[in-house]
Amino acid sequence: MITATRRGVLSATGVLTGALMVPVAIGASRTRAATPAAVAPNAWLSVDGEGHVGVALPKTEMGQGIMTAIVMLAAEELAVRPGDVKVSIPDGDAARFAPITQETGGSTSIRELWQPLREAAATARVALIAVAAKKWGVPAGECAAHEGTIVHRTSNRSLPYAALVADAAAAPLPKDAPVLPTSSYAVVGKPFRRLDGDAKARGKVEYGIDVILPGMRYATLAQSPVFGGKLAGVDEAAARAVPGVLGVIKGDDVVYVLATNTWAARQGLAAAKPQWHADASRTIVNQAEIDANVTAGLAKPGFVAATSGDLDKVRQGAARTFTGTYHQPFLAHATMEPANCVAQVKDGHCEVWTGTQIPSQARSVIATRLGLPMEKVAIHNRTMGGGFGRRLEPDMIERCVDLAKQVPFPVKLVWTREEDVAHDWYRPVYADRFNIGLAADGRILSWEHKIAGSSIMARLLGDKFTGVDDDAVDGAINPLYGADARKVTFQQVESLVPTSWWRGVGGLRSTFAIESMIDEIAHSLGKDPIAYRLSQISDPRAHAVLETVRAQSGWGEKTAAGIGRGVSVLHVWDTYMAAVAEVSVDSDKQITVRKVTVAVDCGQAVNPSGILAQIDSGVNFGGSAALFGEITIAGGQVEQSNFHDYRVLRMNEAPVIHATIIESSEKPGGMGEPPNAIIFPALANAVFAATGKRLRSLPLQKELQKA
Amino acid sequence: MAVTLTINGERRTFDVPPEMPLLWLLRDVAQLTGTKYGCAVGLCGACSVLLDGVRVFGCQTPAGDAVGRSITTIEGLADQPLGKALFSAWNEVDVVQCGYCQPGQIIAAAAMLKENAHPDDADIDAGMSGNICRCGTYPRIRAAVHRAAQIHAEEKA
Repeated sequence: MITATRRGVLSATGVLTGALMVPVAIGASRTRAATPAAVAPNAWLSVDGEGHVGVALPKTEMGQGIMTAIVMLAAEELAVRPGDVKVSIPDGDAARFAPITQETGGSTSIRELWQPLREAAATARVALIAVAAKKWGVPAGECAAHEGTIVHRTSNRSLPYAALVADAAAAPLPKDAPVLPTSSYAVVGKPFRRLDGDAKARGKVEYGIDVILPGMRYATLAQSPVFGGKLAGVDEAAARAVPGVLGVIKGDDVVYVLATNTWAARQGLAAAKPQWHADASRTIVNQAEIDANVTAGLAKPGFVAATSGDLDKVRQGAARTFTGTYHQPFLAHATMEPANCVAQVKDGHCEVWTGTQIPSQARSVIATRLGLPMEKVAIHNRTMGGGFGRRLEPDMIERCVDLAKQVPFPVKLVWTREEDVAHDWYRPVYADRFNIGLAADGRILSWEHKIAGSSIMARLLGDKFTGVDDDAVDGAINPLYGADARKVTFQQVESLVPTSWWRGVGGLRSTFAIESMIDEIAHSLGKDPIAYRLSQISDPRAHAVLETVRAQSGWGEKTAAGIGRGVSVLHVWDTYMAAVAEVSVDSDKQITVRKVTVAVDCGQAVNPSGILAQIDSGVNFGGSAALFGEITIAGGQVEQSNFHDYRVLRMNEAPVIHATIIESSEKPGGMGEPPNAIIFPALANAVFAATGKRLRSLPLQKELQKA
Repeated sequence: MAVTLTINGERRTFDVPPEMPLLWLLRDVAQLTGTKYGCAVGLCGACSVLLDGVRVFGCQTPAGDAVGRSITTIEGLADQPLGKALFSAWNEVDVVQCGYCQPGQIIAAAAMLKENAHPDDADIDAGMSGNICRCGTYPRIRAAVHRAAQIHAEEKA
């Protein structure tokens, strides 16, 4: 184990240079060793004594490419090559990164870091310039940063950062250092290959599941299949008879099998044949009841999330009204890297090695769980084999720590895929209902939108929850479509199924419902769905993305029978996006997604290659869920277990994707979630265009079979 | 019980039962963690390795079945000309997102290109559909397979 200071972490350990990551365990103790001087505008960005720019990532990397984007921004301001920046994945440490939170979700990373990251790097640059200018006796304004040096062009002099850091570190940090104008960017805004790509391709990046410690043992677990159930019995002798099994550890609602390797643990668990009984205090429910309860939530008044104008009065003046109710099912994340965690609890310390989207929150959760002071708990974060919101929950860490505290060695707990699917924290079941009043010319006059479903925020806020889930109504309270009067309400409806963040959450729910409803209205009025949207939207950035997909998708061109195109548009997460999906539906009602055309205005683009990658990602991840995704409950337990019954798109089913980034100098918007949200209604609307069947519930493939 | 295997050209003996799937032997015993666990039932392809040049799912292949045969994992692919072409193409196209499935994808691509040096899109659909990518990197994987075929052909020429 290596003991390191924060500075030490930055300059020497856990470093990813270019593409090779060297994962290093950082001890929980925080003794301060002598460190060479560094220019450190904050606790996570610095220029060290050798002139290297170092960044401890304030956000977590789960595949979305934030590591590369952060490095590009730092490299730009400090005039170094991105590949020369030393990147580390830091431990969970809320105080170190405050006011930035390490928690990574909601498509917030670039939006949150855009200003502080550039300001910190600019501060370091100005500090280095000041030292060079003083040495040369020239005005600082005549000096500039260039390829890791400060240059004074008129006298043709230059000094590397390494020669300036000691003096710069000794001086007070400059205040109000100006960030570079975006018009001067050489790196940011141009496609850049991700820094961790090569090492990942070669199998050299250490994910949480790959961590191996000396003396480590392996474990797997079974949790009560019925939510809220308890362990009733287990055949310990049968488990122990499996070669390699070291022991069976029972919990209230869980059983672990420990072994010398994962396979033995899995064999042992199968032999143990755990028995469960349902918690009598809970009602065992089926999916139909859950869906009915959520839909019944729409009949309640709900809590007002947004209101403007006199809805009833305006509605009375409407020439026509349209209503529509939309349903969305539970969804699992099914990250490629199943839930796992490595932990050791020893001598009043707990160390955790895992890939988590919430490293600092997990530290606090585990400290509380074990009754340890925060400084005795270390969360060593790792790159993640997918997050999508799954790793915003600490349950996989909690389960591992509960086990680790009972054994004298480090333990790696790897869930089976079946446990991962059946014990996820699911995207809630939602229902949306609209009542929209139109003028005779089709203009939207009144807009009533009722939303019902589980509230993730209510769970997290506890007593502070006031009835409206701000995240669940994202994208609904301020839609692109104008109206003279508007009312948006939210009604919380819970079941025994645990719910949590799933790529897009509220904004996705809103986008599917709104864009389906608008499409129905356009078709009913006999209007072109893009033209109708443009007529009801005033925002020019939304117009631009819609017009781009109209021009690039073949929109309006005649299609063969069974082929249809559907459009959608959104403005959520500070990003504007439109898509046209083209699908074909065969005589067996099988849907094939042929082509998806996307246009995005996400403000200033940081890494266009990463933005386009997120579009590929959202289209396929969201497309998988829109077509096939559904977790259902029978007898209080999840019915799905693996990729055969939780189907996702494969290579032969993946559409051709054509995407355009609209140039913009506006502040950057988020990119993780918009493409995942945009695809749901685009597909549903395309299925309507292809078949004439309006599918108001998901997943589309199943609903089309029923239609 | 002991199993002697040839992994990436190296003969190694492991004290494991022959029915242990290669996936777990490679990851937990041989400590070659580039081969990934995804489903353990042959549905996702994350655990793909080459057995005498043919792609197998490590989760479905008992270690005993690999005795006397040549196992190539993602770690070993780097030493082969085809592997070099694949890694180079994967980089050029900037394929990777979370990256977890990519070693398995690259092994599947290697097996396909050994059989068919110039696959068309339909061949790629057939050769790569055993591998799931939750990040949806399929369009770039397709482009990278075409590019790897090209690089490899140029090197042989």
